[in-house]
Amino acid sequence: MKVLLPGALRSYTGTGEAEAAGATLGLLLADLDRQYPGLRFRVIDEQDRMRRHMRFFVNGEQVFALDHRLQPDDAVHIVLALSGG
Amino acid sequence: MARTTRKPAKPAEKPAKRAKPAAGRSSASPVLLLVATRKGAWLYRGDASRRSWRAEGPHFLGHVVSHLMLDPRDRRTLLAAAKTGHLGPTVFRSTDFGRTWKEASRPPAFPKAPEGQKGRSVDHTFWLTPGHAGEPGTWYAGTSPQGLFRSEDGGVTWEPVAGLNDDPRYRTWMGTEQDGTPDGPKLHSIIVDPRDAAHLYLGMSSGGVHESRDRGASWSPLSAGLEVVEGFDAANLAYHDPHCLRLCPSDPDRLYQQNHCGIYRLDRPGSTWVRIGRSMPKRVGDVGFPLVVHPRNADTLWMFPMDGTTVWPRVSPEGMPAAYVSRNGGKRWQRQSAGLPERQAWFTVKRQAMCADGRDPVGLYFGTTGGEIWQSRDEGERWSCLARHLPEIYAVEAAPLQ
Repeated sequence: MKVLLPGALRSYTGTGEAEAAGATLGLLLADLDRQYPGLRFRVIDEQDRMRRHMRFFVNGEQVFALDHRLQPDDAVHIVLALSGG
Repeated sequence: MARTTRKPAKPAEKPAKRAKPAAGRSSASPVLLLVATRKGAWLYRGDASRRSWRAEGPHFLGHVVSHLMLDPRDRRTLLAAAKTGHLGPTVFRSTDFGRTWKEASRPPAFPKAPEGQKGRSVDHTFWLTPGHAGEPGTWYAGTSPQGLFRSEDGGVTWEPVAGLNDDPRYRTWMGTEQDGTPDGPKLHSIIVDPRDAAHLYLGMSSGGVHESRDRGASWSPLSAGLEVVEGFDAANLAYHDPHCLRLCPSDPDRLYQQNHCGIYRLDRPGSTWVRIGRSMPKRVGDVGFPLVVHPRNADTLWMFPMDGTTVWPRVSPEGMPAAYVSRNGGKRWQRQSAGLPERQAWFTVKRQAMCADGRDPVGLYFGTTGGEIWQSRDEGERWSCLARHLPEIYAVEAAPLQ
C-alpha cells in the first residue's frame, strides 16, 4: 500500500512516498524498516511506543496502536506533529 | 585582567608526574574543532598557527547534535549523537571526516520491557567516549534518561551496560525522565582509565559519581566529600549533581569535577573529594558546567563560572564572561577575560562545550549558547572569537589533524 512520508524521513526513502505491505501498522513499519534500515526506530521507540511528535493516519483517521489492522488499499500517512522552535 | 603565569610553581606533591614535554604529533598539529549544536554539526579546520579556520558544514542541519567525537585511536572515525525534535535518537558514523555518514544499525536503546511493565526509551544520546587505546572499536555512550551503552564495533551497534542500567540501586539514583536537568537527566563524563581498560568513571546528573573496575559489570559510588543543595541529605545519591568530571592525562590518579555545588579534586587511591572552589572570588562563586584539564600538567585546570544564585540563571555572573585558571591544583584561581565581552554578555557554556587542544602553549576553546566559538592560543591569557552566528552550541571538542 501507499505510505506518505514526512520530509524528515526522506533521508531514508529518497522520496515522500513509499510502497510497503503489512496486515497491521506495526508490520507495515517493519516492512518499511527492511526497505529503509533505521527508519522505524526514528518513529517508534524501543518499547514499541509511537514517538511523542509522530502521528499516524490511515485513510485520513488518526490511529494510535501498532496492531491497527490494515487493508491492502489503505493509505497510510506518517506526519510530524509540530513542536517548538 | 589578572596576570597569569605560564609556568606553574612546582607542586609540593607528585612533582615528577606533573610536567611532561609536549607529546609528539599533537604538539604542532593543526587542530580540528568538532562543534555540536542544537541545529546541526560543524567541523572547523585550523591552520598550523591556529589563526585561520575553515568551516565545514552544516552536517545534519536541523538535528539536535549533543556530541561529536573523533576517535583518537584511528584519527578518522567520527561519531555524532543526534536526534531531531520529531525523530528518535541515533548515532551517525563517518570515516572520511564527514564527507559521508552512515547511521548506526543499532543505536543506543534500552531492552524491551516485559509485557505489562513500563520500559525505558532513550530520548537522546548525550555523551560519547572513545574506549581504551588497547580496545580499538570500543566506545561508550551516556543517554537521557540515564543509561550507559557500549559499542565494540566502532559505533555501528550498541548494547546496554546492564551492570549499571539494571542495578536497582542505580535505577533509584538515576531517577526518571522527570528528574534531573530541564531536558532530562544525563549520564555523562564517561572516563576510561588510560592505564586500565576495565577501570571506568562516570557522572550522573542527578545520581552522583561512580566507578567500575570490571568494565562496567559492577559499580560503586565515588561521591564522598561532595556537597548537595542545602537542606538535602548528601547520603542520598539522588541529590548529587556532578556537572563534569575530568581525569588528568598526565596523572591518571587525579580527577577534577565541576559540580552543581562547587569544584572538587580527587587524588586516588583516595576516595573523598576535596572542594577546591572555595578559593574562587565570592561574587563569582564556583558553579559552572564545563571543566578543562591541562594535557601535560595535572595542577592546571580551567573552569567557566556561571550564575548559580537565586533561580539559577546559569549565565556568566553579572554578564561579564571569564574563564578561571588554577595552576596549583585549585589552591588559587586567576580570572582570564582579556578579549571577551566586558559587559552585557549573558551566555552559558555547557558541559561539553569547553576543551583544550594538545599544543604548547595549550589552546582553549569554548562554545556558547549564543552560537559563538571563542579561542585562546595562550592558555587563556587572551581570547578571540573564532565563529559566531551558529545555533546554540552543545559541545566543542578539539582533535589533532595529521
